[in-house]
Formats: sequence, structure tokens, C-alpha cells
Amino acid sequence: MGISRRGFMKLTGAGLACLGLRDLGLDPRPAAAYATKLRIEGAKEYQSTCPFCSCGCSILMFVKDGKFLSSEGDPDYPVSEGALCPKGAAFHSMHVSHHRILKPQYRAPGSDKWVEKDWDFVLDRIARRVKETRDRDFIEKNEKGQTVNRVESIFHLGTSQMDNEECAVAHQMLRGLGVVHIDHQARV
Amino acid sequence: MTQHWIDIKNADVVLIMGSNAAEHHPISFKWVLKAKDAGATVIHVDPKFSRTSARSDFHVPLRSGTDIAFLGGMMKYILEKELYFKDYVRDYTNASFIVSEGFSFKDGLFSGYDPATRTYDRKTWVFDKDENGVVLKDKTYQHPRCVFQLLKKHYDRYDVGTVSAITGVSKENLLKVWDAVAATGKPDKAATMMYALGWTQHSVGVQNIRCAGIIQLLLGNVGVAGGGINALRGEPNVQGSTDHALLYDSLPGYNPVPVAAWATLADYLKANTPASKDTKSVNWWQNRPKYVVSLLKSWYGDAATAENEFGYGWVPKIEPNVEYASLFMFDKMYKGKIKGGFIYGHNPAMSMPNSHKIRKALTNLDWLVIGEAHETETCAFWRQPGFDPKNVKTEVFMLPSCQRGEKDGTTSNSGRWHMWHYKGYEPMGVSKPMGWMVVEITKRVKALYEKEGGAFPAPIQNLDWYKEYDADLVARKINGQFTRDVTIGDKQYKKGDQVPAFPMLAADGSTTSMCWVYAGSYGPGGNLTKRRDHAQTPMQAKIGLYPNYSWAWPVNRRIIYNRASVDVNGKPFNPAKAVIAWEDGKWVGDVPDGPAAPMADPKGVYPFIMQTEGHGQLFGPGRVDGPFPEHYEPAETPVTVNPFSAQMSNPCMKVAESDMDALAKPGDPRFPIVLTTYSMTEHWCGGGDTRNTPPLLEAEPQLYIEISQELAKEKGIKNGDPVVIESLRGKVEAIAMVTVRMTPLQVAGKTLHLVGMPFCFGWTTPGVGDATNRLTVSVADPNTRIPEYKACLVNLRKADKVTELYR
Repeated sequence: MGISRRGFMKLTGAGLACLGLRDLGLDPRPAAAYATKLRIEGAKEYQSTCPFCSCGCSILMFVKDGKFLSSEGDPDYPVSEGALCPKGAAFHSMHVSHHRILKPQYRAPGSDKWVEKDWDFVLDRIARRVKETRDRDFIEKNEKGQTVNRVESIFHLGTSQMDNEECAVAHQMLRGLGVVHIDHQARV
Repeated sequence: MTQHWIDIKNADVVLIMGSNAAEHHPISFKWVLKAKDAGATVIHVDPKFSRTSARSDFHVPLRSGTDIAFLGGMMKYILEKELYFKDYVRDYTNASFIVSEGFSFKDGLFSGYDPATRTYDRKTWVFDKDENGVVLKDKTYQHPRCVFQLLKKHYDRYDVGTVSAITGVSKENLLKVWDAVAATGKPDKAATMMYALGWTQHSVGVQNIRCAGIIQLLLGNVGVAGGGINALRGEPNVQGSTDHALLYDSLPGYNPVPVAAWATLADYLKANTPASKDTKSVNWWQNRPKYVVSLLKSWYGDAATAENEFGYGWVPKIEPNVEYASLFMFDKMYKGKIKGGFIYGHNPAMSMPNSHKIRKALTNLDWLVIGEAHETETCAFWRQPGFDPKNVKTEVFMLPSCQRGEKDGTTSNSGRWHMWHYKGYEPMGVSKPMGWMVVEITKRVKALYEKEGGAFPAPIQNLDWYKEYDADLVARKINGQFTRDVTIGDKQYKKGDQVPAFPMLAADGSTTSMCWVYAGSYGPGGNLTKRRDHAQTPMQAKIGLYPNYSWAWPVNRRIIYNRASVDVNGKPFNPAKAVIAWEDGKWVGDVPDGPAAPMADPKGVYPFIMQTEGHGQLFGPGRVDGPFPEHYEPAETPVTVNPFSAQMSNPCMKVAESDMDALAKPGDPRFPIVLTTYSMTEHWCGGGDTRNTPPLLEAEPQLYIEISQELAKEKGIKNGDPVVIESLRGKVEAIAMVTVRMTPLQVAGKTLHLVGMPFCFGWTTPGVGDATNRLTVSVADPNTRIPEYKACLVNLRKADKVTELYR
């Protein structure tokens, strides 16, 4: 029976619902089968990528009813062959961390606390601050009289946590605004 | 990486230097160990003994900041013993090129140095050319100014005794490493070099890597399986974010950012489109106009026309002699010149050098937008220790970023594999992708300019913007599309079709592409980044190429410069691990670096297609601090004499100067110990994500300092004691880890101590300690502006009491 490790996993995953592992010619101990069943029964599998180092290990996420249940290394990623380091193994814990910011937070000048705000409030206010600063500090020509069309007083830092598509739109926005102080972790 | 992760298994020698791969890129080590199982020699050169060292054949400790001395000695060894790969060096590198008579090197300085500006005028770092404009060569190397002779002369000073005395590496260890690596200068042998921040984070960072480039070219190890120069890129998508150039000095796809002097698109293209008179040189960058015009078309859409130079005038121009990199961004912020900005997924309050200054600089801002998953030390700068929030005037917006598993998109791994990831479930709370934040903020800024006008609104109004953030749509735009019906050869494309690959991009406005190197990832055949197919030909399977899994830039080429893996007739140097081969009039194996016939064919081309003259650069005139690497001491050094020249530090290094930026003088007796910083397996960079993931904090809970048993004895410190580490810039508390992993070195006749510390622990996680980077220097490499985190001077003592650490 020629099946890849991945094919084996899919077969066993489906098997728990309808086939049973005996159909694969295997007879795992009932306890092991029961443990596997508990974890992924009825869950849908999504492929993601580890958000840490550039090994880019593929990770399988198990999601049921919109709830992220668990994750594990993807045996079909030829680089990792299903292995993960401690950070990759903590993928699920990182996603469900108690410490995550879940709503926009606003800190007024001189204030000693964050105040929860909705998206419209913060996005409108940010757009206003960008425009005020840009309009005030825009430099059309340099000291030599050359046209430069830039704004030096706004900066952008980050990030290699962004996807390629996010980086592409960020760069497009920044040059559109005339921002020149642009950098990220490639220089750390 | 010139290679990809799996290719490491094909190496006969693995030199890991400037990296602790086993701990910081753990999965990479699977392939190092596969190579070792197959008989490879694995070598770790690093100040600290780590898990990488433990699994290597030998560990060689060296003083941090002396890699060029170590590798310069290796070059001398290879050249003197004639261990280089002679055909490769003669045919594929610029060893035979004749350098201009005006070029010189005297006592640590190359010709053209201006001490006032601390820069070189590089006009003498050029090659002599014949009447047709083709570079003059001497394939016999008799000419005293040929690159081969200049290289030999330059490294003649790097004898084993001098190198040993300055690096702190024993002669025996030096010869052991040099011998093992040099043994791969044979057609069927390959050494790979794996490096990371241990090479880049120095004031000579780029020249450390240049050493690797020169050695690998001398040994014929570039382009072949199991060879190459492999940057183990750190951050998850730092390959992609570099390709898309979230950098002041580049536009997406490695195109220089315009400077003020290039007023028109024609000026820009003239200055940046190289020409070669040598008909055998592909000179790939002659295509730059196609890539830049396609980029502008993708940014400004129909508003970009030939008449308005495709919107080139809307792109901001920088000044060539002004610093914009992050180190200087914060320097300007500290000096009140930067007023507001954006920080996404980045924790500079922890990860930038001289943290006290960085943290103070943030309080000078009028406004700050942060896209983050956690409240980090950067988000909370307004309530940092020692500051009263009442006095911090900054308006701060902390935007909740979703995590990777909550969004669709692609990242690019270190081997340039471009891979799709899927959204598994709705983001927690109302958190959003950072791309969504960018799109929504820009929509609102555009609306304000539409309504109210303002300063130079054209580039904002004309941005071809998005109704909403959609990763699939942007992925298509990154690949590129036709803007009108066109016929190329015998193929017809309709307006809106996906561009099949970058050879179809054009400079006439008929195509878009947000980053030309990714053209082909999402062509007419669909989104290739989603591919999961393991199919390989037997030839491909031998070296683990996996050409049908995901997609690699450029054009799915898995090993770049692979035309250098074959001889001039297209026959693989190592048939057992062939990357490409010319068979029956066509190439098989990997996607070759261009379809042209082998070099010996009348229509054949040189292998190094990205270089103007088509040859690997032993003499590298493109770097600002010298065409050959030269040993200079770190900005803060424990020695008082550089044995190679009168120049103590890199004459071009970049230094941010302020009242908070002090540097200790060479050999300062107050700070006799060298500090190097590093990451760890369980935490990531500044620690924002990992400290707030409970199992990872539990595994590594507190800031420590690794010190040798000898130093501990000298200072009266026991394992587990709290200590205070001081530099001229700050003080840090840490727990002493007294260990045999750190070894005192004999440097310039004296015993020198090194200590090492991670930098991921910060005050927002109670009791774990605070930024190690309060100790480090605001000094950077002049090519990249990457700061010198890896070597500075400190002292340490047992702490009387601690305030930053739980006991």
C-alpha cells in the first residue's frame, strides 16, 4: 500500500469517522486511537506557517466551530518533515494567549492609561494626524532647489511579521505619502 | 540564501560561523545532521559553545569581531597552497581582471579616502578596459594588477601567527578549520557556509560576508549543490519584507530609491541601468527599466502614463549623504526632528541598541501608531520605568494585530520559497491583519485629501488603492498583470491577464508588477505558492530540490547562480549531485540562470548573470568600505593595537552621536570584558510574542549572563548570583550562569574574557529583567547600517540588591 506520511494521516483522520485503523492493516492500542480521536474529531484542518524564524515551518491548525483547538507540525513540508522547535510547538498557545490585545487602545497625551476605542475612532484620528503632520512638514524642494516631494517628520518601522502582501501595500502607501524614514527588522 | 534549507544535506563541509543554527534555526539543523551522517565535517566557529557546537565535529571559539582576520587567514592559506578550484576561478570569477593603476591599499586605507566625510571616492576601484569597452584580463595572472595578484598581496599580511594573536584562536584550531574548508576546492566537493546575525551585526558586517563570498568563489562552491552562502534569515518573513523593501534605500525588487539628483525617470534609469560591452555577459540589470515602470504602474494605475513618467515625480527623493536607517531615525527622534509615525510588529524599545536613548526618543513624538499583538515595551513607553506619564505628550494608538493563523497570505522562507498560509478562523476580538490597517488608514487619508486638499495631494489621490485588504488580490498584483491587450512572440495576452513571468514585463506601461522577482508566482496557471506536490525527477530527488512544492523566486529557481555548477560545456562539476546539466541541447535539473547555451558555445553566456560583467567578484567594487575585506576592530575594543594597520576601526563606520552616545576608548581599563548578545530557542527577538506565551516563558523565565568559570572566580561570583553588568551607556541586572561554554581567550598576549547575554527580557513582563541593549553601541556597518550588537565593552560585579529580577 503506497501512501505518504501525509496520506496516512488523512486516511487515519477520516478513518476515525468511518473506517477504523484496522483497514490500514494496523492495530494500534485502543488508548492511542482514543487520544487521537479526542483531539481532531470533527475538526477542519488548515495549513499555516510558523511566525518565527525563516525556516518557515508549515503548521497544521485544527479548527472546530470557529474555535482553534490545536496545532502540530506539517509532515508534508519537505524542510521540517513535521518537526517543530519549542516556538513552533507553542503556535497554538501563542494564538490563544491571555495577553493579546483584542481591541484598539488609545492613550491621550499626558494620560496614565489606555482607553478602549472602536476602529472608526482610531482610524479617523490617525488619518487626521498623518495629514496634519504631512501638510505642515512637506518638503517640495531641497536646499539646492531640486524637487524632492518628501516628508521627513513621519517614520515607519516594521515589519517582517507582515506577509508579502501586507509589505507590498505598506510600501505603496508610504511612498504615496512621501515618507522617507522607512525601516524594519532587516536592519536589526 | 543562495541555496535552500534541504540543500545543506549535500555539503561535504558545513562551516557555521556567526550563527547558532541548532538553537536559533532548529529545523535547519536537521539538514546539517543529515550531511554529517553522510560523512560531512561540521565546524562551528563562535565565541560561545552551544548546542550547535555540541553536534559539530569541532567548535572553535574566537573573539567576537575578528571574523575577517580569521577568514583573511583562510584566504592566504588557500592561495599559498594553491587549493583553489583553478578552472572555476579562471573562467567564472574576476581573478583575471586588470584593476586600474590608480587603485591602492596603504596601511588600512584603500585609495580615495576622505577623512572629513569618512567615505571613499571609488573612482579608482575600477577595471581597465580595451578600446571596445571590454574589461582587460590576464588569465595567466602574470599582470601585477590583476585581481588574483592584488588579492594575494592583500592577504599576505594575514599569517597564522598574527591571526591567532588577534582572534584568540589557537594556531592548531585555525589550521584545522582552514584545512577542512580548503579541501573542498575540488570539482566534486562542496562546503556550505551558514551565517546569521553573528556576521551581520558588526561595524564590518558586510565585509564578513564578503569574505565568505571570496572563499566560496575561490573554492568553486557557489552555484553547486551543498555550497553557497547561506544567510539564515531571522524574522519569519524578513526575506519577503526585504524583497518588498520596507527600507529607506530601496524600492521593491532591489531597485534603488530615487535621490534628489535624479529629477526625471530618464535620469533614474540612466544612473541605475548598467551596460556591458561584453557580448557574453547577460547583465540582467539592463532590464531594470521594465521592473521600475511596472512597479510605478502597479502603484498609480491608469494615472501613470508615459507622459507623466509613470508617476516618477510623485515618488519622494532622498539625499545621498543623509542617514535615514533605523539607528538614525531614532537619533533624529531623540533630537526632536521626527514627530509621528508607525511601528508594526517591532519592539525597538528592546531590540535597538542603546535602549535608554531609544526609549527617551519615543517620548519626543507627538503621535505614534503601533500595530501589535501584545502590549510590548514599545507600546508602553509612556509608562516606562523612570518616566512620569503626565510628562509624556505623545498620543498613542495601539492597534490589535491578528496572528498568522487568523489571516491568508504568503511568506518567503530563507531559501526564497514563497508559501501560502490559510486563515483558520476569525481573528480574536476585533484584531485585524496589519495589511488591513494600512489599507484602512490610507483610505481615510485619501478621503481627507479629496475633501480638503493639502500639500502635494497628487501622489495620494492617484494611488491605485483598494476597497478592502484582500491578500489574494494583492498577491495577483505583486505577480503583475497586463494593462492592455498585447502580443509577445506568438502569444496573445488580454488586458487584466496575469503576467506569466518577468521576461514579459515591459517598460512601456503595458504591465504591472509590485515586485518583479515574484512575477511567475501567480501567473495564468494560478497561485503556485499553494503547491504541495513532492514530485521530482530522479536527478532533482538526488539533491532534494522539490521544484513542485510552493514556488521559489526567481522563476522557481532553487539554487541561484547554478550555471556555475557546470563546466564551460555544461557538464556538472559533481555529476553525483548535479544541479543542472546540458543534455541534448537543453538544460535539465533546476531552472537554470537563463536559458542560454553553456559558456563554451558561441551563444553561451557567463554564469553570474546579475553582475554587470558576468563574473563572480573576488574584487568587489560595489561596497562602500573597500573592494577587499580588511580587519578592523569593533568600535569598542579591548585591544590597543590593530596588527594589520594603523586603522583601529572601520574608517567608514556609521556612528550616531548625541549626549547619550558615549564610546569607550580602545583598551579602556574600566570595561575590560567583551559582551556579545544573542537570541535563544524559546524566545524571539525582543520577546514581545514569546514572553507572553506561557509555556515559552516557563521554559526560559529570566535574563541571565553566561560567564566563564575563570571570570567568575576572578569576580567572586557563583552560579545563580545576581550580577550588575555596566557599560558606558547603561546598567543591566542578570543572573550569573557560570559555565564552561564561555572560554577566556589569549588575545595579543593577554587573557581576555567574553560574556554573552540574551536580549529578549523586558520590564512589561514582571521580574524577568530588562533590556540588555541598554549596554550596546549606536554604531553601524556603513553598507547596511546594521548596528554592532555583537561586540561592546562592559564590566560586571556581584549585585548588592536587584530591582528588575524576581529572586
